[in-house]
Amino acid sequence: MSVRQAAPEVARRRDVRRSRAGWLKLREVQLGLILVVLAAAIGLRAPVFLSGHSIDSLLTDSAILVMMALAQMLVIVTRGIDLSVAANLALCGMVVALLGEHHPGLPVALLIVTAMACGLLLGALNGLLISVLELPPIVVTLGSMSVFRGAIFVLSGGAWVSAHQMTRAFIDFPLERLLGMTHLVWCAIAAALLAWHLTRYTRFGRELYAIGNHPVSARYVGVPIVRRLFGVYAISGMVAGLCGYLWVARYAVAFTEIAFGFELSVIAACVIGGVSIAGGVGSVAGAVLGALFLGLINNALPVVQVSPFWQSAITGLVIVVAVVLNAREGKRAGKQILPLHENAAPPEAAGPVAALHER
Amino acid sequence: MRPVGIAAGAAREDGTMSATARPRIADDHPFGVAALARRWETLLVVVLALIVAGGGLSLHGFLDLDNLADSTFNFSEKALIALAMTLLIVVREIDISVSAILAVASVAMGYANSRGVAAPGLAAIGVAVGALCGTLNGLLVTRFAIPSIVVTIGTMSLYRGIALVVLGDQAYTNYPDALGEWGQGYAFGVVPREFLVLLAFALGFALLLHGTTYGRRIYAIGSNPTAARYSGIPVDRYRLALFIAAGTMAGIAGVLLTGRIGSTRPNIALGWELEAITMVILGGVSIAGGAGTIAGVLLAVFTLGMVTYGLGLANVPGIIMTIVVGALLLVTITVPVLLRRGAPRRAA
Repeated sequence: MSVRQAAPEVARRRDVRRSRAGWLKLREVQLGLILVVLAAAIGLRAPVFLSGHSIDSLLTDSAILVMMALAQMLVIVTRGIDLSVAANLALCGMVVALLGEHHPGLPVALLIVTAMACGLLLGALNGLLISVLELPPIVVTLGSMSVFRGAIFVLSGGAWVSAHQMTRAFIDFPLERLLGMTHLVWCAIAAALLAWHLTRYTRFGRELYAIGNHPVSARYVGVPIVRRLFGVYAISGMVAGLCGYLWVARYAVAFTEIAFGFELSVIAACVIGGVSIAGGVGSVAGAVLGALFLGLINNALPVVQVSPFWQSAITGLVIVVAVVLNAREGKRAGKQILPLHENAAPPEAAGPVAALHER
Repeated sequence: MRPVGIAAGAAREDGTMSATARPRIADDHPFGVAALARRWETLLVVVLALIVAGGGLSLHGFLDLDNLADSTFNFSEKALIALAMTLLIVVREIDISVSAILAVASVAMGYANSRGVAAPGLAAIGVAVGALCGTLNGLLVTRFAIPSIVVTIGTMSLYRGIALVVLGDQAYTNYPDALGEWGQGYAFGVVPREFLVLLAFALGFALLLHGTTYGRRIYAIGSNPTAARYSGIPVDRYRLALFIAAGTMAGIAGVLLTGRIGSTRPNIALGWELEAITMVILGGVSIAGGAGTIAGVLLAVFTLGMVTYGLGLANVPGIIMTIVVGALLLVTITVPVLLRRGAPRRAA
């Protein structure tokens, strides 16, 4: 599907952007509008939801998901998937929590760097198996997920590291404010800007899309696939490591099961944001909006007095609806089997072959 | 259009077989000691024998027949799900929502039980709900051409959410004894009924996959869905049927598990989808589709079951088991690739 969809997707986006009011048809814009409408609707029912404090906590709560979704987006764009991110996050979080407990004198900056380095190492391990040995990402990261999760238990002996074992500076960093926003939100903004620059203006980023669009062609034009894949899983690990520190410090507790199942929320955020699991399609704006969408649902439920038990069901429904809508859009784009030239008539004549491909 | 024979590209025979190799469909399997020794299943038999021998020598009570029989309780339900997952992975699909389907099936049974439905009715409801959930997955995948991993991540959240909405922080208990008899009972006084159910289904799935035209077509779809479609196989209908099968098996596993533990909580069978997938991959089924056998998966189930059982006897905490399983998975997929890479270099 992706091979056929990829080229038309680029052409479609370009055509859409150039036509009048065409920007309304862009997936990210639609998602953003839905987000605003949803927030407004909730605000009508419970005006407190639109207060500065509430929006601040929504952004703070979503920050980790935003960062993780951005990293996962890069991975998914290469036709890969990283299921080990949540376990990686928990392991790195435990590492810095233990480090902070036993050496309270260490500066927080050093602990953050340690968390990122630890995550980078674990991600590089995935990257090595996936890029050099060409093993399927889903299997590799499924295996490393179990190993990482078990390693937390070995490291901690099954014990918890709780708030009184952490220093004030360690706990305070994520929620300290700079220019009115928490450090967590600034981290997410920085991650989004970096990812945006990476995907749009660097060779590395563009080559990730090339690999996802058509790996064989990418190899023929000389994309260093092994190095790029290695890099992308290492980045994914590094972001997970950073989020590990942020998570543990924010909630002031570290134990074996933290962020259990979070990898699926991260992938869900990407899927809602229009990142195609078949590779080659995905944008920074999409990933950020997808993560914010999930964050919005989570934060809105208590405000409109819906039981938090509804959260999972609503999230699932949103994912299914989002992918069905995305698939319908993709289908329309897939009808043309060659990218349109400027001002050329749509190739209706391609009928039977294209129709067969559609099945 | 010229007919496209499935066996056309199968003449090449380099004899390698691994978890990640691209599938081939040969018209006849070459038979010989050398070919047999290279099979994935042979490796699994050796590993299983080593584990059993090691456990028997080092752990008191490992080879006790009652203990062994009881150890099958730990994996029978998961293995039932893994059987259906095998077929899905062979056709290049996957179902992440199986454990959530199990939860919904169990919740439906609990609700029906609270309304006074008898045990056979409960079992029927569990299986039917499973089949229904599987049908929804299958329809979404086939009608909208969405990758199954995306669909089932969504429906996983949805199904698990339904269980959460219905139960909240409560639980259904007080199931009839007859249901418990299915989950906990023994046949002939020694063999757990669950295990017999597993063996029966394994036999059924093996016959279906390895002995019928349907099975050959499943391999054909996994090898090359487009070619399979061109040669007249109703690919989407097969996919739909396999998703329904996966849901149904999750429903059956739900009936057995509910009977065995006698209660339903919203987090029942949490994380089982990944364990079932691990069993399938360890069993030598290629994630790229088109290759794998039921025998391999069953052997992987026994191997994992014996490791869990041995570690349990040795008082090793359960979470260590996840390291072992993860490492086993990584090693089993890495080693064949390393061997294949190493071989020509030594020859040169």
